[in-house]
Amino acid sequence: MNKNFSKRHKAESRFKAYGFFSLIAAATMLAIIIGSMIYRSIPAYTNYTIDLEINMTEISLEDGIDDINYRGILRSSLFSFFPEVQSRSDKRKLFKLISSSATYTLRDFVRENPSYIGKKFYFNVLFTDDSDLFYKGYVDISLPEDERRLDNKEITWLNQLDGTGRVKNKISRNLFLNGDSREPEVAGFWGATIGSLITITVTLLLSFPIGVLTAIYLENFAVKNRITDFIEVNINNLAAVPSIIFGLLGLAVFINFFGMPRSVPLVGGLVLSLMTLPTIIIATRSSLQSVPPSIREAALAMGASEMQVVFQHLLPSAMPGIFTGTIIGLARAFGESAPLLLIGMVAFIVDIPATFTDPATALPVQIYIWADSPERAFVAKTSAATLILISLLILINLAAVLLRKRYEVKW
Amino acid sequence: MDKELENNNIIENKALIECKNVDVFYANQQALFGINLNIGEKEVTSLIGPSGCGKSTFLRCINRMNDVIDICRVEGSIKISNEDIYHPDIDVVELRSRIGMVFQKPNPFPKSVYDNVAYGPKLHGRILHKDDLDEKVEKSLERAGLWSEVKDRLSEPGTSLSGGQQQRLCIARAIAIDPSIILMDEPCSALDPIATAKIEELIDELKDNFTITIVTHSMQQAARVSQRTAFFHLGKLIEVGDTEKIFRSPDHEQTEAYVTGRYG
Repeated sequence: MNKNFSKRHKAESRFKAYGFFSLIAAATMLAIIIGSMIYRSIPAYTNYTIDLEINMTEISLEDGIDDINYRGILRSSLFSFFPEVQSRSDKRKLFKLISSSATYTLRDFVRENPSYIGKKFYFNVLFTDDSDLFYKGYVDISLPEDERRLDNKEITWLNQLDGTGRVKNKISRNLFLNGDSREPEVAGFWGATIGSLITITVTLLLSFPIGVLTAIYLENFAVKNRITDFIEVNINNLAAVPSIIFGLLGLAVFINFFGMPRSVPLVGGLVLSLMTLPTIIIATRSSLQSVPPSIREAALAMGASEMQVVFQHLLPSAMPGIFTGTIIGLARAFGESAPLLLIGMVAFIVDIPATFTDPATALPVQIYIWADSPERAFVAKTSAATLILISLLILINLAAVLLRKRYEVKW
Repeated sequence: MDKELENNNIIENKALIECKNVDVFYANQQALFGINLNIGEKEVTSLIGPSGCGKSTFLRCINRMNDVIDICRVEGSIKISNEDIYHPDIDVVELRSRIGMVFQKPNPFPKSVYDNVAYGPKLHGRILHKDDLDEKVEKSLERAGLWSEVKDRLSEPGTSLSGGQQQRLCIARAIAIDPSIILMDEPCSALDPIATAKIEELIDELKDNFTITIVTHSMQQAARVSQRTAFFHLGKLIEVGDTEKIFRSPDHEQTEAYVTGRYG
C-alpha cells in the first residue's frame, strides 16, 4: 500500500520536472534567439560620421542652389586632410570612404538653409558602411589585404581621419526614419513599417467584419445541410493552406483579373485578409459556441428574436475570444512575407508609402530583402528590423490581452 | 381517450391552456404520445414523473422553445386562450413575450441586477421612461421577494448573487414582462432547502396573478405548491387531477407507485 503511494508521488514529481525542464528549454531558446538578434543588431543603431568643413565663401545665391557643385565642395574638404594624396584613382578611393548620400544631404541642407551660402561651416557627413564597420571594429586587419573590403591605404586614411577628432559615432536616424536604400548607411525600416501597418489595416478592416458575420451566420442562421457542411470543411481546410498559395491567388485574381496595381498595400491587405478570414471565422464560431446555451435559452424565452440574441447576448460574451482569434490571425498576417513576394511587395521602394495605393513593402519582406543583400552592414540591419517586427508583434499581442481583460464576462 | 382522464381534465376554473393529442418527435424518436392536458387559469399545475418521461419537453411546447431544436417536431394542437399557438400566423417572439420561463439552473444574464430585470420591458419597448422602468424593476423584484436583499446592489452583476437569489432574479426577470403564464422547469433542483422554501412561498403568492406550470422532481414540492398535478410516464400522460387526489388516492397503480416512492 505504502509502496504504491510513494510510487505515485514519485511519478508526479517526475512529471513536474519534465514540464519544468521543457519550460526552461523553451525559454532558453527564446532568450538565445532574442539575445543573438540584439547582439547582432548593435552596429545598426549608430553610424560613424565626420564633420567636414564646407567652404561656400566663393559661392553666391545667383549660381542657383541646384547648380552648386556640392560633390566638388565635399571632395576638396575631405582632400584637405590628405595633401599627399594626388593620384586620381587614390582621390576617388578616398572619396568613396564617405557615403555617396553626402552630396544629396548637403544639397538638401543648403536648400533649406540658403543663408549658409557664402559662409564657412561644419557639416556632418556619414561614412560609408565599410568605413563604419571598420571604426566599429568589424574589419579584421590581420586578414590578407585582398580578402578585406578595405585595403591598407584606406585603413591608413581612416585611422588618420580618426586622429583629427572630427569622427563621431552618432545614432543612425536613417535606420528609423528612412525607406530602403542600396546604401546600407542610408537604408531604414520606416517605409516597410508604414507599409506593413497600412497593409494590416486593410486586412483588419476587411477580415474582421466579414469573418465575424460569416461565423454568426454559419453558427446561428444557416440551415444545417450538406452545403453548409461542405463550406465548413472548406473553411477549416483554408486555415491550413500555405500562405504562398494565397499569394498566387492574389496575383491571379486581384492583379491579373481585376487589374489592380502591383506592389500596393491594398492588394497585400486583400491577400492577407483571405489568409486571415478562416482563422477569424473559426475563432468566432468557437467563442460563440462557448457561450453557455442557458443564456441563449433565457434570452429566447424572454421573447428576444434570433438577431437580438446574437447581438445582445452571444456577441458580447464571445467578444474576448473573437478579439483573441482576430489578433492571432492578424499577427500571423503581419509576419507573413511569402504571399507579399508574389504580388510585388518585394520591390525596391525608397519612398515612404502614405496611402493604400502607394507602392510599398512590408517589414518581413524588408527583412528578406536585407538578409539577401551582399553588403555586410545589412546583417545588423536585418537583425534590427527583425527586432522591430518582434516588438510590434509583442505590442499586438499585448493589445489582445488587454482587450480580453476589458471585455471578459464573469459567469 | 381514457374516460377517467377525460373527467379529470375538466377543471373548475377556466382552462387557459388546452392541449389536444400533442405528439413530439426528436428526429424519428417519439418523446410524447398524444398528450391531452388542460391547464387552469391562475393556479399551479405541477408536472411530475421519472426522468426522461417528457415533462420538460411538454413544458417547452407551451412557449415553443422546442422550435430552437432543429430535429424536434411538434404535432397536435395547443391553444392558449383559444388561440392555436402552432398556427403559422403566430409570431413566436410575440408568444414568448406573453409567457415567462424559469429554468432548472439559474441563468441570469451577465449584466447588472437592474439590467436583468429591465431587459424584457426594454426589449419589447413597453416602457420608455427611465422612471417607469425603475418602478417596474422595483415592483418585479418585490414580487419575486428579492427587493429587500438587492436594493443596494442593483448595479452589481446578477451572476454575483447566491444561487437562490439568482433564481428569484430570473423569476423577477420573467414577471417583468407581465406574462399571463409562467413556466418553471425544476426551478429548485439546484437550490438548498432554505432557498427552495423561499421559491415555493413565492410560487404560492404568484398564483393569484399568473398561471403557473412547474416541472418538479420533488413530490413534496408538487404537493405543497400545486393545485393540480399531472403524472407523466414514458412520454404518456398517465393521470391528471387535483393534487390532493393524486397523492391520496390516485386512480392508477403506476401513479400510486410513483408518488409513494416505490417506483421511479
